[in-house]
Amino acid sequence: MRAFFAGIDVGSLSAEAVIVDADGRMLGYSVRPTGHDGRRAGSEALAEALERAGLERGAVAGVVATGYSRKRIAEAGGDKTEISCHAKGIACLLPQARTIIDIGGQDSKAIRIAEGGRVLDFAMNDKCAAGTGRFLEVMASALGIGLAEFGEIALGHRADLVLSTTCTVFAESEVVSLVSQGHAVADIAYALARAIATRTVGLAKRVGVEPPVAMSGGVAKNLAVVQALEVALGCKIQVPQEPQIVGALGAALFARDRSRDANL
Amino acid sequence: MTKLASTSKMKEIMGTYYLEAKNAAHNGLKVAWVTSGAPVEYLHAVGAIPIYPENYAAMCGASHATAELLRKAESLGYAGELCSYARSDFGAEALQGGPLMGLPRPDFLVCASNICNTVTKWYQVLSRHFQVPLFLVDMPFVHDDISEEMVAYVKGQFAGLEEFLAEIMGRPFDRDRFSEAVLQSARATELWREVLEMGKARPAPLNSFDTFIHLAPIVTLRGTPRAVEYYTALVEELRERVSRGEGSIPNERIRLLWDNLPIWYRIKYLADFLANWGAVPVVATYTNSWALIGDVQLEGRDDLAGALARAYLSPFINRGVRYRIEYLCRMIEEFSLDGFLMHSDRTCKPYSLTQLPVKEEVQRRTGKPGVVLEADKVDETAFVEAAITTRLEAFLESVLCRN
Repeated sequence: MRAFFAGIDVGSLSAEAVIVDADGRMLGYSVRPTGHDGRRAGSEALAEALERAGLERGAVAGVVATGYSRKRIAEAGGDKTEISCHAKGIACLLPQARTIIDIGGQDSKAIRIAEGGRVLDFAMNDKCAAGTGRFLEVMASALGIGLAEFGEIALGHRADLVLSTTCTVFAESEVVSLVSQGHAVADIAYALARAIATRTVGLAKRVGVEPPVAMSGGVAKNLAVVQALEVALGCKIQVPQEPQIVGALGAALFARDRSRDANL
Repeated sequence: MTKLASTSKMKEIMGTYYLEAKNAAHNGLKVAWVTSGAPVEYLHAVGAIPIYPENYAAMCGASHATAELLRKAESLGYAGELCSYARSDFGAEALQGGPLMGLPRPDFLVCASNICNTVTKWYQVLSRHFQVPLFLVDMPFVHDDISEEMVAYVKGQFAGLEEFLAEIMGRPFDRDRFSEAVLQSARATELWREVLEMGKARPAPLNSFDTFIHLAPIVTLRGTPRAVEYYTALVEELRERVSRGEGSIPNERIRLLWDNLPIWYRIKYLADFLANWGAVPVVATYTNSWALIGDVQLEGRDDLAGALARAYLSPFINRGVRYRIEYLCRMIEEFSLDGFLMHSDRTCKPYSLTQLPVKEEVQRRTGKPGVVLEADKVDETAFVEAAITTRLEAFLESVLCRN
């Protein structure tokens, strides 16, 4: 009988689940908003990923949870931190990458890894939501645009604007006043992307940026942030096709390894 | 925490110490408030009772009594960026709060700048508040090595302290009692060093969290026979544990260093959390600072003031980046460590500011990973449990992966 494994990543804004087989091939995944109940969001993501993989719950031999709610996922047989899971996930998707920048819903991380996803060093900004997914959400709403179109709009910028703050609360008022002064939405949006990049580079330099650099987490979907980061770092950034599920994929691969080790 | 028979003895002698200080005025004795790195041997020489507001702030933190004191300090106008020990101290004085309902009133103050420069302003505030004299023992920061000029300068400061004390006490400074106090201090610090070196044993018979607790007598009672007595017994107890192969945690797998001050209100939480992973800090830069003093004192019996000057210039917090890097590397080697924990204390800049470059360089030289935990020694609002546990777990996962 074929064995399947699942990883569940429940963060502050979104919950993801990934199903892999014994060879680590991805068979299905799901991304859902976390909402008020992280536990439930995790269960629903798992159910959806299973459905997409065409599998029953009973076919899953092991589940590992990650993310801020990792200790509260009923389905999981174990848990691993986001740092280890993002490293593992990126090592599978982009094996050459040596530095990972992960910007999630409420925190950002820089991780330096060796071959196979072994974590060499990491730094986190978990004290402040400036420059995270939540920051972009607030700014998109202040600009009156959708989160999905944020990046594309920002890439159409013409003028160079500089924001004086990256604090989510103060930046929101600054954005509101820039809009009322008549600045173009694209210019403000790109200034925000650049503010995130400047802040993230400071974090990344704490672990030492060794190329190739990969990016994971929901904010990696924002092309303007990725571009601003590339300019600030002075190197290209590789982004996997679905950057939001990297953590869940890593968790699924840990579930697979765990069962393999147990069978040895 | 490791169950040590000495713990009850320590509580007893610390209780007696504070009780005596509280009753000092009735017994015709003088109380001096001093910083943790003050050359307290001079005070023992004149029979004054030294009281340590820093130790008291730590006690308040460990017994979760700080929040109210910090709120009070803030309402008095002290900003949240100021050292939380200082704020706790101001709040405790204003409210007469904390585990002992405040500290006994000082007759005079002695402040030494070898631990930070905040203390110089902190003690000026105290001096104005209590209307009592303050002596500032000015000590230079040691960027590279301790020079003869620094030693001569600090000896000059000590000479001034002698005069200050003679005037306050109304009698000449007693050299014989001074020699005796230095000798007692040297013995106690030598024993304290022995306690700390027990961490080299595998498994370690005690951990850094234990040493944070058993540190109290070396801070408050060094220079008196009580500290010597206490640590003689503690060394004995630990030797027995080592000979029985008894570790401080059941399954020691990961040996670590702790850098910076303790997170007083979460000692047990962190000890239990780490023990669950089989991880244990067995050496700390913080507790080692009081062992450095013993080092130099024994070398220079003929020039006690000079030896003391060297000793009090030595603490880790008074040393530059190069020293800190080399020191951590040496501890990692000598204590066979797997990695290091750095508590970045939000309101202790002189300890915390150098940590990132130190971490980077120590990792490069030793290949051992370190992790920074952002918190504060006594301000509980700076401790975010979810963030700390994620960092610690990620760090431990990577250490296990290497091992």
